[in-house]
Amino acid sequence: MFRNVAELVELAESQGKKISQVMIEAEMEVSQRTRDAIMQDMYANLDVMEKAVRRGLTEDIRSHSGLTGGDAKKLQEYMKTKPFLSGPTLLNAVSMSVAVNEVNAAMGTIVATPTAGACGIVPGTLFAVSDKLQPSREEMVNYLFTAGAIGYCIANNAFISGAAGGCQAEVGSATAMAAAAIVEMAGGTPEESAQAVAIAMKNMLGLVCDPVAGLVEVPCVKRNAMGAAIATVAADMALAGIKSVIPTDEVIEAMYRIGCAMPNTLKETAQGGLAATQTGRMIEAKVFGVRMEK
Amino acid sequence: MRVNLVEPLVIQEENRLKYKSVFDIIGPIMVGPSSSHTAGAARIGRVARKLFGRQPKRAEITFYGSFAKTYQGHGSDVATVAGILDFDTFDLRLKNSLLLAEKAGLEVILTTSDVLTEHPNTARIKLSDDQHQIEIVGVSIGGGKIEVLEVNGFDLQLGFDTPTLLVLHEDRFGMIAAVAKVLTHYRINVGLMEVSRHDRGSRALMAIETDSTISPEVLEEIRQIPHIFDVSLLSLN
Repeated sequence: MFRNVAELVELAESQGKKISQVMIEAEMEVSQRTRDAIMQDMYANLDVMEKAVRRGLTEDIRSHSGLTGGDAKKLQEYMKTKPFLSGPTLLNAVSMSVAVNEVNAAMGTIVATPTAGACGIVPGTLFAVSDKLQPSREEMVNYLFTAGAIGYCIANNAFISGAAGGCQAEVGSATAMAAAAIVEMAGGTPEESAQAVAIAMKNMLGLVCDPVAGLVEVPCVKRNAMGAAIATVAADMALAGIKSVIPTDEVIEAMYRIGCAMPNTLKETAQGGLAATQTGRMIEAKVFGVRMEK
Repeated sequence: MRVNLVEPLVIQEENRLKYKSVFDIIGPIMVGPSSSHTAGAARIGRVARKLFGRQPKRAEITFYGSFAKTYQGHGSDVATVAGILDFDTFDLRLKNSLLLAEKAGLEVILTTSDVLTEHPNTARIKLSDDQHQIEIVGVSIGGGKIEVLEVNGFDLQLGFDTPTLLVLHEDRFGMIAAVAKVLTHYRINVGLMEVSRHDRGSRALMAIETDSTISPEVLEEIRQIPHIFDVSLLSLN
């Protein structure tokens, strides 16, 4: 079993395998289950993701608080009617990522990747990039194993939850996972996947977890949007041969140290950052039906 | 010149890696909005329920840290009660658990505490009816994954990803060997084992994570070992 990204890349490249295949074989070893059984479970995850994307793009999703919902559709509508600036794959990834996170905020069914707060980025980029690359269903499942392999390294060497390490640990991890998976689906090498992880994660360092009223809505939905954008661009950069000066595992270590140094007010306690703004507090008072005090 | 020494990051040993499976990362399938505060809370509640073994009449839940501060927005209370009702993380009945608990005659008492805990998402759950009572402390460590740190006052660290055997026994020589002998006979491999006790010579709790599931006859055979008070088998998957 690999313990970090360097070991994962070494395993893959020395055996001439893709990261997804190394992950599937490691899972077979750890769980003592057959390849078929493991693939079936991941197909089930893929189906749930696909339904969540479709729901978010077609239904009128609105969260219980009324704070989020409908933005994924808005972006799709804009793409159909206006000469949008960034590319269609990028905006599709953003829109689909928002779609899944809006479904999550409305207590719909999703797959945690690696968490529910960051559940839009991996499926959002997957379905957007698939529109362009037209992969087989199996290649789409492999995308999830590659993303999982990177998440596995981050989770065991740092953290993946906002409460433990801030948003950099949550949306940051999802973004890094998606970047690596996009590279593999586009035909890049395991090393290029690792570079995409480093480039993506570097741009998430320091991001705090400051949900307004403690709800997984504001700013989570828009952070999922930009996570999908960063993942897609980081993948393109890595595929272009651009390398991170700081090695991937050291970037993950930096994320861990920053998370440890982050005050508790900025770790999903709704006490700092955007949650502590005037508007944030007003929303909090309204959601919980309490009186606002100066 | 000033030199800052950076302490090396402690890499966890392979057999103690917190996240063991790719499905810890891509998964679980769950009802939103939070894997730690909704799915994790539901799983902690479900461990308590499985340990209790039947529907309790009374559930006392105490939330600490981020659970205490943000449970309303994440539905952590709703999710914990859903777990106590034995619902899985993707069960759509989760949303209506408070109403369903009331209908089922389950009394729920929720308390939030300011006491500092080592992990931000900590819950203490006490389940009881007229005959029986259990108490656990669980933490939600991220991505829906949980750890149980205390069972009926015994300190442990269990994830319940694999079938876990809990054996309450008298604290005396030969107990571990006696249980191991039964497992050996049925060719059941032990992944991890922990033993915890209150005081020397009193009661002790043995927790054994196994690689394969354990049949009722094996459980019964362990139950027949002298000086064993209680045996239960728990798994979340």
